[in-house]
Amino acid sequence: MIGKPTLTRRILTTDLPALGVILLAIGPFMWMLMTSFTPQGRLAALGVAISPANWSFENYVRLVSRTSFLGNMGHSFIVAAGTTALGLFVSVTAAYAFSRFRFAGRRILMMQFLLVNMFPVVLLILPLFVMMRRFGLLDTHAALIIANATVAIPFSVWMLTSYINAIPRSLDEAAMTDGCSRMQALKRVILPLAMPGIVSTGIYIFITAWNEYLYALTLGGRNVRTVTVAIQTLIGEYQIEWGLLSAGGVVGALPATILFLIAQRRLIGGLTQGAVKG
Amino acid sequence: MSFSAALPDQAAPTRTWRNRLLPYGLLTPAVVVTVVIVFLPMIEAVVTSLYAFVLFRPNAARFVGLDNYMKLIQDPVFWITLKHTAIWIGLTVPLQMGLGLIAALILNREFPWRGLARALVIIPWALPSVVIALMWRWIYDANTGVLNEILLRLSIIQSAIPWLADPDKALYAVVVTLTWQGFPFFAVMILAGLQGIPKSRYEAASIDGASAWRQFRHVTLPGIAGVLATAGLLRIIWVANSIDVIFVMTGGGPGYATQTLPLYAFIKARQNLDFGYGTTIAVMFTVLLGVVVAIYIARMSREVER
Repeated sequence: MIGKPTLTRRILTTDLPALGVILLAIGPFMWMLMTSFTPQGRLAALGVAISPANWSFENYVRLVSRTSFLGNMGHSFIVAAGTTALGLFVSVTAAYAFSRFRFAGRRILMMQFLLVNMFPVVLLILPLFVMMRRFGLLDTHAALIIANATVAIPFSVWMLTSYINAIPRSLDEAAMTDGCSRMQALKRVILPLAMPGIVSTGIYIFITAWNEYLYALTLGGRNVRTVTVAIQTLIGEYQIEWGLLSAGGVVGALPATILFLIAQRRLIGGLTQGAVKG
Repeated sequence: MSFSAALPDQAAPTRTWRNRLLPYGLLTPAVVVTVVIVFLPMIEAVVTSLYAFVLFRPNAARFVGLDNYMKLIQDPVFWITLKHTAIWIGLTVPLQMGLGLIAALILNREFPWRGLARALVIIPWALPSVVIALMWRWIYDANTGVLNEILLRLSIIQSAIPWLADPDKALYAVVVTLTWQGFPFFAVMILAGLQGIPKSRYEAASIDGASAWRQFRHVTLPGIAGVLATAGLLRIIWVANSIDVIFVMTGGGPGYATQTLPLYAFIKARQNLDFGYGTTIAVMFTVLLGVVVAIYIARMSREVER
């Protein structure tokens, strides 16, 4: 049993500081959330409404009815889903090779994928723009999927390698003794076991691609405008409508944030593993 | 000697050959795609930097050798943005790490809603950069921003400060935003590191009568040193590269007040469509950052041999 003095002590030394950390982390977003619920007229006259009694969905209604925001969400979804599919598809076999085989050039190839992940966006974005223009890919979903894949593929190769490393090799060997070929062992034994890892890697790629802005701005355009670019265009020409902008920010951030909260436990496990060992 | 013995002998080499080639086959899709979408563009970038190339005059492109690089080191804006990049990294990464360390130490204690707290603290990390940038523009707003309001009410300042329009303050205002965005990453990494420290070491230390500070200094810090180094290196690279938040918050302005080197490259190419010079800046930045990347790669390289 926790006695009273220790409880007070715990609240003072642990709960309150923890509350402070959480407020710091989510405070700005809460402020935007409150702004988005404040009707435009009130926002201009009195500022952000703190009390829920004065809240309304006015900004959200305007967002959906007056702008093409839902269409932008659709574009973001196509780009993010496409990046996830491409990223996972080419990475699974590569990760299996890195995990199960020791071959000449393994280290160099692994480092190559790590190195690719460190390349500055700004170095790639200019030549990618020129290349996409040459192939007539500007302002298409393909352009954004390809650009996002420059980050997604190396990332998922590394993540999946560490997930597959955690599956005992004896399972492949048992399957192969039972007459499976290597590829069958990969497909029937390893893939199902690695599925949780594959799903969380996929979720992470999806979030990153959904949140991506610079490629979407540079390689997208009038036909393919993702949410992140659309939010910026909500800034009016003469004055900024903060209520509308906040509503756009909240809706645009929602899919990624919810996915993150659902998958956070496993995601963080995967993401921190490398750093903790290092 | 006999035919029957030769057959399996022949079959075996083919199988080992296939087995030897298998990993390369499995790697081919990923390697080919990365070569096409990363390495070819990168080579193209290096080539472009040797040309005078303005996007809307592609026919006027001509080879100029290292002229762009000579121009770059004589460009005063290059040195200004290089200085900003150093301030940017030098402030943001330590601040993120410090705040992340404090958050991790607090969240590592026992309390009933620890799981919830650990999930919530990551939210800044999951938000799109654009949303973060606009959110903070709203907070920093000179007329109606909440930061000015709070500071005025507490009488810390006497009149509203235009945080992002003041050349002396804008860079630091953006540093604060990026610190906020990045501290959860450190918190999460350090938390994982803290959990790897055996409880027995703390017990041993407290039996020896070590104070809380000494325990932190001699047990906690050595226990998470590896994590701090890896996460710190990763973060230097990440912060150096991240230009989206600054771009949306200030666009590099006022003047050049918040321009870092990669942002300068991006703006040069985007606004003036001067791809030759813009790429030159980007290549130069990559070379400078390459030092940090090399340290990180060398560190990780020791890992994968196992």
